[in-house]
Amino acid sequence: MITLTHYLLVSAALFSIGLYVILSKQNAIQILIGIELMLNAAILNLVAFGKFDKINNGGQSFALFAIVLAAATTAVALAIVLNVYRRYKTIDPGKINQLKD
Amino acid sequence: MSLVTVMFYLMAVIAVGSAVYVAASKNLVRSVFMFFATLFALAGLYVLSLADFVAVTQVVVYVGGILVLILFAFMLSGRESLAVLAQQTNRLIAVNKLPAMLVAMAFFGLLAYVFLHARINDAPWLQEAAANQNVFTPQDVTINHLGVNLMTTYLLPFEVISILLLMALAGAAHLSRKEAEA
Repeated sequence: MITLTHYLLVSAALFSIGLYVILSKQNAIQILIGIELMLNAAILNLVAFGKFDKINNGGQSFALFAIVLAAATTAVALAIVLNVYRRYKTIDPGKINQLKD
Repeated sequence: MSLVTVMFYLMAVIAVGSAVYVAASKNLVRSVFMFFATLFALAGLYVLSLADFVAVTQVVVYVGGILVLILFAFMLSGRESLAVLAQQTNRLIAVNKLPAMLVAMAFFGLLAYVFLHARINDAPWLQEAAANQNVFTPQDVTINHLGVNLMTTYLLPFEVISILLLMALAGAAHLSRKEAEA
């Protein structure tokens, strides 16, 4: 029998892996992948709890909204990453340490 | 052990395992491709949680959209960043990543402790939902209801998010256009 706790544990594992990726990588795109992992962990929780809301569909609707939000975030973030690469010739966030031109 | 249980564990192992590979791999392109596997396994988990429309959206938006976008940016931002990263990983592997790993492990321990002790399955609102027949069963058709709810109960968030998506896409197109001289 699969219960909510199983889903919660899977999503906790994914969230922690995303946290590790964000903390340890030196590449803006990989950090973005870490953020996507964390978002997916949150969406998994929304969906798992949404099973118990058949009438209002709260969990599933907001899982859809979260997926769309993630898409919008990624598009803007990648555009910024490309601009940063064009200007600094690196996408290591540790090396981008000035705001002026 | 029913088929659903077996599928759940299979999907969970694939999702977590490929996520670990994404985190641990030194080959960046390969780690991006392994992220495909994570997203597909998560879509499978959504199906097992009786949210088939969300699963399809996950495959279409994440795998079809976001990952292609990530690969695109990855290939465009080129060789130098990859070379720099390879040097760094060769020199100090463990020392660099130990604090991050410790933080992640500690966070996972905390989350697991909380989840295992919360006894979420006896939550009152879950039992109320079960008593009111408010729980999805595998025989239900979920999409009709979801569509009606999106157009009635959640109409405002739906419209807001459509405007936000438009703004984000216009902003991304503006940001990534070619400048006259930079």
